Amino acid sequence: MRTLAITKRVLKELLRDKQTLALMFIAPILILVLMSFIFSSNQTIDVKIGTVTVGQTLDQDLAKTKHVTVKHYATKKAAAHALKKQRVDATLRETNGNYHLTYANTDSSKTAAVKMAFKNAVTNAQTTGLKNKLVQATTALVTLKQQLPAAMQAKLPAQAAPKTQTPKVTNHYIYGNSKTGFFDKILPILIGFFVFFFVFLISGMALLRERTSGTLDRLLATPVKRSEIVFGYMLGYGVIGVLQTIVIVLASVWLLNVEVVGSLFSLVVVNLVLALVALACGILLSTFASSEFQMMQFMPIVVIPQVFFSGIIPLASMASWVRAISAVIPIKYSGDASTQIMMFGTPLSRLGFDVGILLIFLLILTVLNIVGLRRYRKA
Amino acid sequence: MAAPIILLHNVVKKFGEQTVLKGIDLTVQPGTIVGLIGPSGAGKSTIIKVTLGMEVATSGTAEVFNQTMPNRQLLGQIGYMAQTDALYEDLSARENLKFYAVMKGLPQQATEAAIEHVVNVVDLAQDVNKRVSGYSGGMKRRLSLAIALLGDPQLLVLDEPTVGIDPALRRQIWRELKRVKKEGRSILITTHVMDEAELVDDVALLLGGKVIAFDTSTNLEAQYHEDSIEQVFLKAEGAE
Repeated sequence: MRTLAITKRVLKELLRDKQTLALMFIAPILILVLMSFIFSSNQTIDVKIGTVTVGQTLDQDLAKTKHVTVKHYATKKAAAHALKKQRVDATLRETNGNYHLTYANTDSSKTAAVKMAFKNAVTNAQTTGLKNKLVQATTALVTLKQQLPAAMQAKLPAQAAPKTQTPKVTNHYIYGNSKTGFFDKILPILIGFFVFFFVFLISGMALLRERTSGTLDRLLATPVKRSEIVFGYMLGYGVIGVLQTIVIVLASVWLLNVEVVGSLFSLVVVNLVLALVALACGILLSTFASSEFQMMQFMPIVVIPQVFFSGIIPLASMASWVRAISAVIPIKYSGDASTQIMMFGTPLSRLGFDVGILLIFLLILTVLNIVGLRRYRKA
Repeated sequence: MAAPIILLHNVVKKFGEQTVLKGIDLTVQPGTIVGLIGPSGAGKSTIIKVTLGMEVATSGTAEVFNQTMPNRQLLGQIGYMAQTDALYEDLSARENLKFYAVMKGLPQQATEAAIEHVVNVVDLAQDVNKRVSGYSGGMKRRLSLAIALLGDPQLLVLDEPTVGIDPALRRQIWRELKRVKKEGRSILITTHVMDEAELVDDVALLLGGKVIAFDTSTNLEAQYHEDSIEQVFLKAEGAE
């Protein structure tokens, strides 16, 4: 009864705080849309190569490569000048069959793109050369054959003309489509991050305000149980976490065309547990803060490291001792579980490990919170 | 004589090295108003916290309704008003009252009537559906008192209820407190407004964590040969 009354009050207060509400529900969508633009639309890099006295085949091959523009320069000096004036990203010069490439090298991705394009063009040019020689050889062979006596010709095995067309390649994608990129990979983690960040911040602030305004003291001067306060808050912010997850997932599916293989329900369950962990974290840390500003200071300590170890930056590339830190990062577990659900359609029943660890976090933090409220009332 | 509502016996409270209360004896009889008077830092708020069970006495006993504090269940029979207004600003006055009514464990069917009653007592009936954020300081104070009065508790514990309140409103609040007293309920009140001390039944002069005098205001004035509690207080303070 009291628990529900506290839940109702928490939700009512939140609903009337329009700015916070907008922050919780519109800001994540805005950020997601921006991120999807940043990570998916410009995967390719356009480069300009200045060429000096380069063979025609190579030159054409280079020009035919996507996202590569070729500019011709008469002299080495003119090309070098263009490079210096940033009109081209690299210059290519041929002397006696050897190639000299000079890179601006101010953007490593452009340097890599030029190297790649050049390597492909050289291979292409070589293949074309070989092909031409093969055609010449075959033609010569046919002429030679015709010159042989008829009897000899019958003995020779029939020789088909060499096939020159390349095999057709069709791509099939288990998850998503050809446009699936980095954004799709980090989205499951991002959902967890948003839920954690907003619930942590807002619940922490709410409890802090409750403490500084004296309402917590007054609340504790009634027969309410300490656990009822904590559970009331949990229920209220649990609802918020669920709504947030649903809004973010639906927005991702409709606005950003992200494919969700598994069930939305499983996703909501995982993020609900994460929201409760965030809430417990927020309440616990708010007891160490004496003002809203001090609460904000927990951001770089509590929230930012979670981003690094959540899996947004691939954990596999980290040193093993650094990777060990991720064991205590709640978002990592929710991220793993959400990735499984969204990309592989894994059912909730097979995500016991991740959800279990989150529940252990939740249990420990909740007990700490209920005991921690003893600071304000001894019974 | 009936059993006392509040009985503090030799209460000592230490916070770390600092001893805030140095052996407090205090009794509040049914149907009386007891005023705690003393400079800031004398330990008024700590006495209230020990009485409510927010803090536990380092030694000595604190009993309310004959039961040792801290006792969570007893808090339902105590109306508490803190120095701060302690209101939820985003909620209306009615929603605040309803919330605290549930917290205090008022029976649901009695809640509406109880709210109507206290709202009329503090003269907020017209503004009860407005949000607290739009209230003036005086209105917030009255609402805070209304919350303490909810459910007609047998004991009211009021921490500086009239601080920052205009004289007309202060008179109104005191009128209500007198009414509560007449019904046989008890009040423990802290104040540093000396003329309010004339309005209480018993005055406990508090200085440096000790009760240096505990008697009716008339008796104290006679005892110290002064004509106001303010003079008594200054004299007692000088004598220490």
